[in-house]
Order: sequence, then C-alpha cells, then structure tokens
Amino acid sequence: MKRVYPDKEYCIGCHLCELACITVHSKSQDLIIAYTQERLEDGLKACKRFQEKGPTCVALSCRHCDDPACVAACISGALQKDPETGATTYDIEKCVGCWSCLMACPYGAIQRHPTLNKIVKCDLCRDREGGPACVAACPNMALKFEER
Amino acid sequence: MLFQPINKNYHDYRIERDKDLCINCKVCIRQCAYEAHFWDEARQKVRHDNTKCVGCHRCEALCPTGALCIRLNESEFRPNACWRPIFMKNIYKQADTGGVLLAGMGSPVDIPVYWDNLLLDASQVTNPSIDPLREPMELKTFLGSKPDRVEFAAPAKGKKGKPKLTTKLAPQIELNYPIMFSAMSFGSINFNLHVAMARAATELGICYNTGEGGLHKSLYKYGKNTIVQVASGRFGVHAEYLNAGAGIEIKIGQGAKPGIGGHLPGEKINEKVSETRMIPVGSDAISPAPHHDIYSIEDLHQLIFALKEASRYRVPVSVKIAAVHNVAAIASGIVRAGADIVAIDGMRGGTGAAPAMIRDNVGIPIELAIAAVDQRLRDEGIRNRASIIAAGGTRCSADVVKAIALGADACYIGTAALLAVGCTLCGKCYTGKCPWGIATNDSKLSKRQNPDIAARKMANLIRAWGHEIEEMLGGMGLNSIESLRGNRDKLRAVGLSSTEMDILGVKHAGR
Amino acid sequence: MTYVIIGNGVASVGAIEGIRRLDHEGTIVVLGNEHVPAYGRPLISYLLAGKIGPERLNLRSDDFYRRMCVDLRLNTTATAIDTKKKTVTTNKGETIPYDRLLIATGGVPFNPPIPGADGSGVYNFTTLDHAQALIAAAKKMKRAVVIGGGLIGLKAAESLFDRGVDVTILELSSRVLSAAFDENAGRLAARRLAETGIGVRCGVTAKEIHRDDKGGIIGVLTTDGMFVPCEAVVVAIGVVPNSKLAKDAGIKTDRGVQVDDSLQTSAKGVFAAGDVAQARDMITEDNRVVPIWPNAYNQGYYAGRNMAGAKESYEGGLAMNSISFYGLPTISVGQVNPPKPEDYEIAIHLDEKRQIYRKLVFKDDRLIGYVLVGEIDNAGMYTSFIKFRMPIPAETKRALMHGEPGVFLWPEQVFDKTWNPAGADK
Repeated sequence: MKRVYPDKEYCIGCHLCELACITVHSKSQDLIIAYTQERLEDGLKACKRFQEKGPTCVALSCRHCDDPACVAACISGALQKDPETGATTYDIEKCVGCWSCLMACPYGAIQRHPTLNKIVKCDLCRDREGGPACVAACPNMALKFEER
Repeated sequence: MLFQPINKNYHDYRIERDKDLCINCKVCIRQCAYEAHFWDEARQKVRHDNTKCVGCHRCEALCPTGALCIRLNESEFRPNACWRPIFMKNIYKQADTGGVLLAGMGSPVDIPVYWDNLLLDASQVTNPSIDPLREPMELKTFLGSKPDRVEFAAPAKGKKGKPKLTTKLAPQIELNYPIMFSAMSFGSINFNLHVAMARAATELGICYNTGEGGLHKSLYKYGKNTIVQVASGRFGVHAEYLNAGAGIEIKIGQGAKPGIGGHLPGEKINEKVSETRMIPVGSDAISPAPHHDIYSIEDLHQLIFALKEASRYRVPVSVKIAAVHNVAAIASGIVRAGADIVAIDGMRGGTGAAPAMIRDNVGIPIELAIAAVDQRLRDEGIRNRASIIAAGGTRCSADVVKAIALGADACYIGTAALLAVGCTLCGKCYTGKCPWGIATNDSKLSKRQNPDIAARKMANLIRAWGHEIEEMLGGMGLNSIESLRGNRDKLRAVGLSSTEMDILGVKHAGR
Repeated sequence: MTYVIIGNGVASVGAIEGIRRLDHEGTIVVLGNEHVPAYGRPLISYLLAGKIGPERLNLRSDDFYRRMCVDLRLNTTATAIDTKKKTVTTNKGETIPYDRLLIATGGVPFNPPIPGADGSGVYNFTTLDHAQALIAAAKKMKRAVVIGGGLIGLKAAESLFDRGVDVTILELSSRVLSAAFDENAGRLAARRLAETGIGVRCGVTAKEIHRDDKGGIIGVLTTDGMFVPCEAVVVAIGVVPNSKLAKDAGIKTDRGVQVDDSLQTSAKGVFAAGDVAQARDMITEDNRVVPIWPNAYNQGYYAGRNMAGAKESYEGGLAMNSISFYGLPTISVGQVNPPKPEDYEIAIHLDEKRQIYRKLVFKDDRLIGYVLVGEIDNAGMYTSFIKFRMPIPAETKRALMHGEPGVFLWPEQVFDKTWNPAGADK
C-alpha cells in the first residue's frame, strides 16, 4: 500500500505539514480559521509528531503498520486494520481515551487530543483527492506518499 | 534605535505583515536565517526586526497564508544624483567596521547590458523559417580544438567503402545544448547542489563545472558530464581528479572579481568539504590572486600541457579568464599556449563573495569581450583551434542565442541555475547563511535544497531554453546552432554608438 | 481447513484476523459462551461508570463475522476436546471436527473463600453480565466494598463511585496496583482516588461478610477488626487461567495452558492464546501467564497465522497497562518491579505536587520497563526501546532519564528501516 515516508535528510522543519494536516481535518477547511480558532477552541491538532535533534528534524505520523501494535492494544475497537486498503483506521466515536495505543505504538505516532478524551492519528487524508495533505504541502519533498 | 549604532535604522528592507492573514504559525521564524522574525513572548505573537532583513524573500515564499511582503524601505535621503544612498550607506557601514565591503552574486550596478540592445533576425518570404516541431533542429555542440583542415583516405583500390578520416581529431566535449552550469565550487555552494547539477547535467547531456573546490568521490560517477577545475589554490587537485571529468579547466580569473583571489572562510569547511578540498576542517581556504606558477603565456603553456599529460590527452583543456581590457590579446595568447577552450567570464558574473568595489568596478561586459575575442581569433586565423565559452550575465535563452551569434560556442550559466532553485539575488552569499540553502554548508540550511527537486528544476530550465533556442533558430531559417555561431548578420543593434557596434561587429537596426 | 476457536474474546478476534490474513477459504467456527459478539472487555468499567452505552461495546463492527466468513455460535460452551479424533463437544450436544483448534477460553475470577460470601450481593467484575448486574444493583446500593486494589478493583470502585455509590477498597498488600505498578505510581493513583472520595485501605482484606436476617449484606469485617458497612461486595482479586478444558483433554498445563514459540500446545494442531495461555514473555524470556489485553490479541493473531500455515515465532508478550484515574493517566510497561533492584539501574523522577512520575528500569544497557504517571505523551517512544531491544549508550540514557525520548536516539539503521526504507527509486 502507499504510505507516507518522511525523509530526515531533507526535512527543513518548517511545520507546513502540520498546518496542512489541521486544515484538512478542520471543520472550516480554512487554514486561518483552523489555526486561530479551531486549534485553540476545539483542540484541533495535527497528526504529525515533529522530532528535532540538532540540525536534524523529521515529521512523523502513523506508519499504518502491517501488524499494528495499536490495534492489538485497542480495547474499544476504535483502531482497526482495514483488510481492503491496509490502512490502520481510527473511529473517533468508539475511542474511550484509554491511551493503550499511545503506550503500545513504538513509533510515537499516536497523540492525545488536547481537549477531548480521544486520540489523534493520521488517516492518510482518506477523503482528500490527491492523497495526504502533508505530502502535498511539504515544500522540500521530504514527505513521500508511495508504494515501497 | 535603542542600544544600536545610530545608522542601524537606515536598513534596506521593510517586512510587511498583514494582520488579518498572519496566524502566528512561526513558519517565518523557522525559515529566516537572519533572525529577522521572532516570537514575542510578552505579546504572544510573531514580530520582526526590519533591520535584520536581507530581502531574501524566503519567509514570504513559505508563509502559508501569504501574510508577508518584503518591500524596499521607503525612507529616503535627500535626493542627490552624485551621492546616491548606496554610497552613503556604505560609508556609514565602513565607518563602523573599518572593513572591506563584501558582496555576493553578480554586480547590480547600472552598466549597459548589451543583450538588451541587440535584436535577432527572422526569415520572411525568402529563405523560409523552419518549424522545429516538424523538422530536425540541431543544438548539439562540440567543445574543443578543431583541425585546420581534414584529410580523408579513399578506400584501397578495387575495394568498396567510404572514405576514411585520416586527420587525428583533438578530444571534444559533446553537449546536447550549448549551455553548461558554470563553475561554482563545492564549499561556496553545498553538496546537495553539486549533486543536483551533476544529475541535471547527466540527464541533459551537458556538463557542469566543479569549480575550484574539487570533486567529491561520490560524484565521480557523473564524470562524463563534469568539467573539473584547477585554480590557484589547487584545492582537491590530484591525478584521479584530473581524470574524473570530460574536460579540465584552468581558472585564471573570475568575472565578478578579476585580479582577486578567493577566500572561503573556515566556517564553511565541514567534513565533506575538507576531504574534497584536502584541507583541514575549519581552516580558511585561500585561493591566491595569481597562480604562483604562471607569470607568462609560456608558464600557462606548461600548465596546460602538464594537465594534458596527466589526463593522457583524452580531454580538452579550457582556460577561464575574466573579461578585462585586453581580453582579445590575452585570449589569443591562451589559444597559442595550447588551450582547447577559452572561457570568458564577464563582469556581471556571480560570486560567493567579492569585495564590492572590485565586483562593481572591474572588468568589462561579456558581450563586448566575446565579440572582441571571436574577431581577434578569426583575424589571426586561429579561431578553429579553440572553442569560446561566454559566461557571466546570461539571463535567458535569447542571451544565449545572441552570445553564440557574437561568436561563442556555448554559454556557462551560474546565476540562472541558482535562480532556478530558489535564489532571489539577495546577495548575501558571503555570510554563509543563505536562507535558500544554496551558498551555505550549514547542515540545517543546506537541507533546504533537495537534489531531487533542484536537479529537476535545473534540467527543466535548460530544456525550456533549448525549446526557445530552437524556435529562434528556426525563425532565422537555421536548423543548427553551428550555423549561428559568429553569424553576426543575425544581430542588429538599437541605441548603440558606432564604436560599440564596431566592437560588437553588428549593424544598427534598419541597416 | 476447518478452524475452531473456543472463546470469543479479543484473542479470538485476533485469531480470526490472523487466519484471514493468510487463508480466505477455510471454515472458521467460533464458540462463545456469552450471548453477545466479542466486546471490549475493559469497557465494562466505562459502561458501569455510565461513560458509554452498551452500543459502543462491540469490538468489531456488526458485519465483522460475516465479512470474515465466521460461523459464530453464541451461548455455546465447549465441554470437551478430543485431540485424537480432533473434535470439540459443546454444551448443546454437538461434536465439531477441527483441523486446527484454538483454546482462547480466557480467565475466570479468583474468589477466595470468605465467610458470608455465599449469597446475593457479592459480585465479580470481568464480564458484561457482571457489569449489568452491578448497574442494576447500583441503583439500590449506597455503599460498596471492593476487595482487591488491582486494576480491576480500582476501575470497579471508580465506576461504582461514578454511579453514586460510596466505595471502600480493601487491598491486602501495602499498596494498590502492586502487580503492574510500583509504589510511587500506586500512591499517586490511590491519592487521586482518595481525593475524589473513594476510601482506600491497604494492608487489610475482608475477614467476613456480614448479612442481616434476610441475607442482605450489611457490611464487611476486615482483618484489622474494623467493620465497613455496605450493601454490596465486589471481589476483584484477579483472574486465573480457565484451563480446565485443556487439562481434561490431556493437554499440558502449568499455571495456564503451555504453548511453544508458535503458540501450539502439547497437542498437535491445538493452539492456545490469551489469558488462558502460558506463553513467552519478551522481558523475562520465559513462559508465563500475563493476562493483559494486547498480549491476548497478539497471541490470538500469531496463533491464527500459524494455524493458517505460517511458521512464525511469537516474539513474546510485553506486559503493559494503561489506565487513568479521574484524569490521572498512568502507564506501566515491561519489568517495573525488578525482583533484585540492586541488579538494575533505576531512574526516578517524581513531582508529587504536579502528580508527575517517571520511572525507568535499565538492565545491561537496555531499557526493560517504565512507569509514567501524569505526563504520558511520550510513552510509545519509551516502549520502542524495550520492544526493539535497542542498545542505550550513555547519551541516550541521559535523554531518556530527562524524559526526552525520541526517534533520533534510535540507531541510524533502525530509524531508516522504520521510517524511510529504500524506496523504489533508490
């Protein structure tokens, strides 16, 4: 399946992927409203986890593992493996905020929602034409969406 | 400003931030290499310090909401035709520092750009024009010495076959386009861009020039599309290096700083640069103004042949000089010294760092130099013995066409290639903090050039120019770049004096 | 190929998903002794607390069994296994032949003999039925005693308290959460519970349950001679593997059903997974019963794959628990209470005021366990060091101890393999 592959050699740490992510996952679909209102009021949060050490940085998100530890750990059935697409899907309605996935995922790809008792996780922008927004927004092709 | 030198407020740029659009996302802060943008903890918002802005437009380019606009600072001194603001500001600066004014990229001063005064011809009615989309069009260019005459041997008596060439040809560099990426050393620009140039040149079937910083081992595989340079500092020069490329170039001078050496500050010498240049990490790389073994044409002759020996006469040797007053005579000497190619770098050529006074006041424009050199070599009957490369200030495909019509075989482009990958000509290359990740070896900044993107953009540029050159050639009724070379009849001047037209060898428009 | 799965918990779901990754044809029969499809068992505390409705219990969507082509038989208990004839007999008198069998019968609550325990008002808290019984009872209940200060006991207490019941927890050992967490974490959790009004009493347990003339519970007499009035008692001391079925069939059992590295039992073609299985543990590297949710799924998943013909070795379970007490999240992974602490390097960061706690347990330059309380956002990053057995040089250790784990502390090749494996173009 196609996955998002981050390249730390060319990640320039601009965080534009995060801005793209929250825009796509916002109600308004408008960056300015998403960032200045929904982020602060509704706890809208990017699915990316940004890591930095010295000059090196990278924006990580769910790897959609073949055998995901989060699905094994999920007590509510909110996280599942889609047998057709191969994606690790997340149903926010089912999530009870037990943080088991956050503990089990060794990639740190799962985060807590700032205001809801829910997690935030990459859905590969499944409703977006043209694939994940973070990849499209990256100005340096440090994120690639492809089959490997 | 408080706690600042009193002339600090005479800054060049003003950052305009649209309050309705700025979302305080800090992208500008992260992008600015000069810390012009900063987070104001007390006000909880992004602010900026105009005095630090160098006008590189990186923040403006990456601002996700388009909230930023970089403008010239409109604060104006009393108008004075003689004491223009640049002179005043330079004096303030030097009064503060006591230092030489440094500058980067090509000279921005208002010296005539002759390209703009030259117009191309096109066919009408007779000698019909050619449609390059329907008919063959040849841009292929060979650089190197051509024989005075060619001799053939007929097939042996009674045998069938074609005549055979018996003249031994000198080695040539074969180019699919009459354009090359000019010498920008590894160190002055970073590794990622060398990778990009190497890949783009290979994809296009042209050459890039290593510049004087040597060639990193990992790039030897692009050797067929590489010209290796030998300059006064001899950085990274060894037998393997000399044999790694398709050509060798001796750099005598550079258009942006004729008569001046180079100085790559120690901060730019990282591991990779160090191993390539063969100097310790952190040590300054100083290229002397002259080659200390060249004080005459005879000395140059010796070096040319030393390099030919070292490369076993497999590749042509080029000599690059800055366009200066006696350029035609110097070029003649170089050809007689055995060079296969003469590269001439005009005064608008770029640089990573040069004293501003030198850059803006020394040398001559490339158009005049090319015309003069081509004419001189023709007059002396030695034009065939060397190819001519025009460098310094080639801005578009029409400039390439005009350069070739004036007598060049090919053009080197440096600034244009950097513009293709994002350069905005802010001219702050010498700080080593290029926000576009070009003239910097800072590991955080140089990442901004992803070779995958940079190579694609450079290749796109040359392909686009190639198409345009074909269109212009076709319009003139020519189907090969060979037919344009030195064909000054295809050029007409507008608004030039008769001396200028005489040097350029062109008639005025209307004649 | 016919697969029969005894049990319909998470191990069973894991096994179905594991089998179907490799075998889309074979018949899968699942025997579930409850009346509902697989549900998120830990969710019963959320149900009891009134945080979720029964409609959110299902672990998989309604069409899961249909999509997976599973013959799900509810209210069906396996009564016997014949490993020679390869059949399973059910309480409904059926005899089902199998090619591959999975025993995923889970655990049963351990109920110690307490005088007065027989009769109404004494509950367990491990199944949906238990939760529903407690929900019904809670309406009339004013006070309850929870025996056992482990995860189940504390969640039962918290949930009942949310229903308006006055709850007292009795824990025999000196602290709550003694099994999965350490002393500091237990104390912080107990404090959070106590702050909200739940009674937590350690070092005591129930000596006797007192009833009135009609048999209704009036209170619990504790081992230290106190009398705690209440109308209900929840026994939550722990679960024991439900391995009787396997034992009766002659399959080797110890504390649970013994399995090899492929999760196969001593009987060929018979596998075991989940709380009933005594399987490999990643840290201790021996076989033990670690009755936790992710292990159950994983064992089921890998057993399923192996049943379908994969010859894969189960990497071993990793003990891990994540549980929140009134907004105080706690996470415990791996070995957090080493038997001989002097043989380990233990780094502790405790901020009592802000209720933040971090404990890291190192052994031979490997991280083998950690506890986080309060700040848990980086939990998975610590897990990676345990799970991937990454070597931890001094610099990395310092960063971990400062609470700054990250992918750039991973060895370069692990990072590349994980995040940026060579692409098609490279």
